[in-house]
Amino acid sequence: MKVLVPVKRVIDYNVKVRVKADGSGVDLANVKMSMNPFDEIAVEEAIRLKEAGKADEIVVVSVGVKQAQETLRTALAMGADRAILVVAADDVHQDIEPLAVAKILKGVIDAEDAGLVIAGKQAIDNDMNATGQMLAALTGWGQATFASEVEIDGDAAKVTREVDGGLQTISVKLPAIITADLRLNEPRYASLPNIMKAKKKPLEEKTAADYGVDTTPRLEVVKTTEPASRTAGEMVESVDALIAKLKEKGAI
Amino acid sequence: MAVLLLAEVSGGALALDATAKAVTAGKALGDVTVLVAGPSAAGDEAAKIDGVSKVLVADDALYANGLAEPVSDLIVSLAGDYEHIIAPSTASAKNILPRVAALLDVMVLSDVTAIVDGATFERPIYAGNAIQTVKSSDAKKVLTVRTSTFDAAGEGGSAAVDTVAAAADPALSSHVEDKVAASDRPELTSAGIIVSGGRGLGSEENFALIEGLADKLNAAVGASRAAVDSGYAPNDLQVGQTGKVVAPDLYIAVGISGAIQHLAGMKDSKIIVAINKDEEAPIFQVADYGLVADLFDAIPELTEKL
Repeated sequence: MKVLVPVKRVIDYNVKVRVKADGSGVDLANVKMSMNPFDEIAVEEAIRLKEAGKADEIVVVSVGVKQAQETLRTALAMGADRAILVVAADDVHQDIEPLAVAKILKGVIDAEDAGLVIAGKQAIDNDMNATGQMLAALTGWGQATFASEVEIDGDAAKVTREVDGGLQTISVKLPAIITADLRLNEPRYASLPNIMKAKKKPLEEKTAADYGVDTTPRLEVVKTTEPASRTAGEMVESVDALIAKLKEKGAI
Repeated sequence: MAVLLLAEVSGGALALDATAKAVTAGKALGDVTVLVAGPSAAGDEAAKIDGVSKVLVADDALYANGLAEPVSDLIVSLAGDYEHIIAPSTASAKNILPRVAALLDVMVLSDVTAIVDGATFERPIYAGNAIQTVKSSDAKKVLTVRTSTFDAAGEGGSAAVDTVAAAADPALSSHVEDKVAASDRPELTSAGIIVSGGRGLGSEENFALIEGLADKLNAAVGASRAAVDSGYAPNDLQVGQTGKVVAPDLYIAVGISGAIQHLAGMKDSKIIVAINKDEEAPIFQVADYGLVADLFDAIPELTEKL
């Protein structure tokens, strides 16, 4: 079975984002970029499936700017077999919407005849939490989102999902889309020899037009602003002082 | 303009608070029809929410576990009459609505925090570190609304309840089991007071300190990602960017340093109290009242004196 893992290049999760003063967006120039953390978990899960003999090949795909090559190389260094970069933007500030990304990924799936897609549940930049579900709709496949445990069993996957009240286990027919939640696994670090080897693994470049997808956004960004900020209040010296303050405020 | 609102059904019953909050958002967009993919009793309850003009009930075993594929097909089968399709931002709706949007060839708008007009919405990005205002050019708008930013609609409505036929079974997935923790405590997303514990607790056993304080205050229990990852608390208690977003009247953060991903989930709380032994912890920068103390001294004392 061929496993496809979409990966996104996003601002590193440790970087404090800065909203541009003119309201046009978040400043991404000269900022550290990394693989979306949920996508790292997805790559790791695919590698574990391959190590367990449940998958034959892992293809990683990124849709975005040329610089996403680095993100794909990271996935290859972790253990993916080959990469496809779909160049769909030339400015790092241009985000391709989940619907367009899903359409491109559908094209890749058709071309590659993939049997399973493992994606991150959401990207930490636009926090949309949509691409996996949208891809499942477009392919007509079943979906198992927010996965914390995946077990491939013949022509189905048994997936435990993180839901509001606790955990839900479902069985989804393959081919299917799985999206990874935080506790699915702990992604490995790429070793230096593997980073060197990854440079020689195949990385194919495509465009959105190759898949006949129009990436024109459906959502126009009117403005981007700083959230209302909170200011630090006061420090209290003791539990008694804290209780007094909360009583004064009518909070307890 | 007509709005189709997917009610939150959990464990066979209407999740009233989440649904009523979404109704408030829906009313700002037009005439609200609530769709209950669940038992008719849940439909009767939804009909009592103020501002609901009609309730559609699809009571079929196919929808008993909220599987995304059949529920999405049901919504799409009804979508023709509506300009907006909306749901509260729950784990269930976040699973379903993007699928609905793609089936309708429109973009989804997740976690909407404000409605500017029928096509323009505000939503947080980058874990709430920026607020984006977006205008949709799609014919239908599919959105999930963040419940912590909308007040629940009251009761007193008496909408008509109609039944709708189930859509065909796509037979793509099936339910195996639920592991849902039973708790007498208030629900995290609707509680007036939340006591949350972090890595500072050090163990699952010590997390009982948080539960003791919560019970004294009749509060819900929350946790930071660090506490959940370390196994001190179950996943459904996680507050933050990828967990639950809450805005109670009082949020007490205990042994939580305050990573931006956590702050994203609780910084709209009315009053924030932070108790941490590290006076440099970023949580103090958003707290109304900070207490630098060892939680193993402060929490028992607080619990006793309340």
